[in-house]
Amino acid sequence: MDMVNIKINGVSYEVPKDSTVLEAARTAGIDIPTLCFLKDINQIGACRMCMVEVKGARSLVAACVYPVNDGMEVFTNSPKVQQSRRMTLELLLSVHERKCLTCDRSGNCELQKLCNDMGIEEEERFAGALPNNITDVSTPYLERNNAKCILCRRCVAACQNQHVSVIGANNRGFDTQIGCAFEAELADVSCVACGQCIVSCPTGALREKDNTQEVIDAINDPEKVVIVQTAPAVRAALGEEFGLPIGTNVEGKMAAALRRLGFDKVFDTDFGADMTIMEEATEFIHRVKEGGTLPMITSCSPGWVKFCEHYYPDLLDNLSTCKSPQNMTGALIKTWYAQKEGIDPSKIVSVSVMPCTAKKFEIKRDDENAAGLPDVDISLTTRELAKMIKKAQLNFNRLPDEKFDDAMGVSTGAAVIFGATGGVMEAALRTAADVLTGEPQDSIDYQEVRGTEGIKEAVYKVAGMDVKVAVASGLSNANKILEKIRAGEADYHFVEIMCCPGGCVNGGGQPVVSSTERSFTDVKAVRAKALYDQDKAMPLRKSHENPVLKKCYEEFLGEPGSHKAHEVLHTSYVKRGY
Amino acid sequence: MQKRISNLPFHDTPEQAQKLEEVIAGLKGQEGAVMPALHQAQDIYGYLPKEVQQKIAKGLNVPLEEVYGVSTFYSQFSLTPKGRNHISVCLGTACYVKGADKVLDRIQQKLGINPEECTEDGAFSLTACRCIGACGLAPVMTVNEDVYGRLEPEEVDGILAKYME
Repeated sequence: MDMVNIKINGVSYEVPKDSTVLEAARTAGIDIPTLCFLKDINQIGACRMCMVEVKGARSLVAACVYPVNDGMEVFTNSPKVQQSRRMTLELLLSVHERKCLTCDRSGNCELQKLCNDMGIEEEERFAGALPNNITDVSTPYLERNNAKCILCRRCVAACQNQHVSVIGANNRGFDTQIGCAFEAELADVSCVACGQCIVSCPTGALREKDNTQEVIDAINDPEKVVIVQTAPAVRAALGEEFGLPIGTNVEGKMAAALRRLGFDKVFDTDFGADMTIMEEATEFIHRVKEGGTLPMITSCSPGWVKFCEHYYPDLLDNLSTCKSPQNMTGALIKTWYAQKEGIDPSKIVSVSVMPCTAKKFEIKRDDENAAGLPDVDISLTTRELAKMIKKAQLNFNRLPDEKFDDAMGVSTGAAVIFGATGGVMEAALRTAADVLTGEPQDSIDYQEVRGTEGIKEAVYKVAGMDVKVAVASGLSNANKILEKIRAGEADYHFVEIMCCPGGCVNGGGQPVVSSTERSFTDVKAVRAKALYDQDKAMPLRKSHENPVLKKCYEEFLGEPGSHKAHEVLHTSYVKRGY
Repeated sequence: MQKRISNLPFHDTPEQAQKLEEVIAGLKGQEGAVMPALHQAQDIYGYLPKEVQQKIAKGLNVPLEEVYGVSTFYSQFSLTPKGRNHISVCLGTACYVKGADKVLDRIQQKLGINPEECTEDGAFSLTACRCIGACGLAPVMTVNEDVYGRLEPEEVDGILAKYME
């Protein structure tokens, strides 16, 4: 790599030639404050927070976009720089709704942190008129409050990065507002509910729709049986809300916390994930043998499903008809489990904890009500669960490690890796290989579909047949594969698509990681590792070996793909357009 | 100022629709096509209604939000139609001091529209502008090419009546 010599605050450093001043400084251990900067997603030099002094330059320069050059002398802490930072923050505060004490992001707000770090003492130095701020509470999954928006455009870039682009900066100057075209509300445009905008927001302008009180009310209602399930990716991230390092697997403490919050049963969505594999692998084998629509595309990710309905309605026949693991688990709770335990399903409140905001949309879809009632009544994000734990004043890190309840808490390694890109494909291949050959295969690690690259392709020999697979995460990547399929240029048999880049571990419902941390850590890779490590350590690693699942088929569903299984575990889609 | 969006129904002629199609076809695939498309569309329609922006977005394969973002950013784009008679009230410093706001109020009351809007029958549209260089006549308004100076709010009714036939 070509290197150049620069001086930062009088100290010499050798840095890569193609780095920006910000990258060079951060590598040298000197932080430069940023607000609009979000690595790989938004690098536009708009917020003017990262201004630094460069010797010989006419004015201060924006470190996040300014390239280094040989012999450059940079000052990141001069009085001029300090004054510029203060002024920028004071101007932002002048139009900011400063209700920090009651803000969802208090303690995790980048604006708040910078004001503290920079020693801002005067909130109203530039007090004056306020813009006519938009609020949007139209969807069941997201809320926007532009009174807390700093116009950094990170959400806009995240939406664009997802190939959706339903939000942007409208109007100009003081009247600029982030919103939808023609001032439509989010519910009326082709938003896919992924929530990547939320996890990109530095302040409290964006958040999920909070459903925690409904859950607390249900728990406090003696008439109700409140059953919770948690998705694989939640255990890989929840600990971050309690100060644990990114990538800490907190499955045991999470189960303990849920029990102490008062849930009557604590189940694992992994059970539903195993079930999904049984149904999906069966559906896949059926499509291959009977000449059904190929490639078959996975349907676990509700953001992806909504994207397909809006932008690729012509490919809906390619989608697997399987419900997502969340709704399979929910459906079986209100049918099989309720029947077995003699519980009136209408008394059950089925709650899920998901790394996802789109799940809040999914539970309200038609054809997701196996017992004539919604499969899942309330879906919380990982962040909302953390909020409930904090509200109940549980000392999370000191809780014992406990297990899920047996009835629907038993799962395999195949299910755990559902939370990462490539995981569903690998899990399906593990089962398909065994089923098609009729005997257990020893080699079960499908390395080619692992890792965080946006698009992965592989060919596997399964029972004498070459199975061509593709895996995409992030909708921009998915879009590339879909264009190929639409044009008839792809000869895949099976495609896995996850809406969020890196898969559910990086979902829109996960703890928000600051942009500074995101500059140093590949969050999705570190969280995914927690899941692959767990898979490796599990005694059962193939979905069809799950003993409880076998029992469920024996007692209730019959065979995978049976009529009953279709009634309970499969769904349908709608053409939405855009 | 926040751009006003037309609340009037959109009508176009087959000629207009065809012209727009040609514009889009000519720009398709080009980098930075949104701006010239909006310019030419405004030449065709006189303003940029939602239906036209949707056609541009679909045709150029760019998100509608991007088109809308551009059309609301630049002041030369209008999202409301001009009426057969266009009224412009000067709110520049001299006119304002001489009570132009009261003249504007009177017009708004009389026509039932706000600045940057058009009456439902398409007879009048209204805008509030800054200095037209006739400060000696303050407060000033123009209707089409006609200039009216040293206005009293009470004179508004009579002036408008002249254009109502």
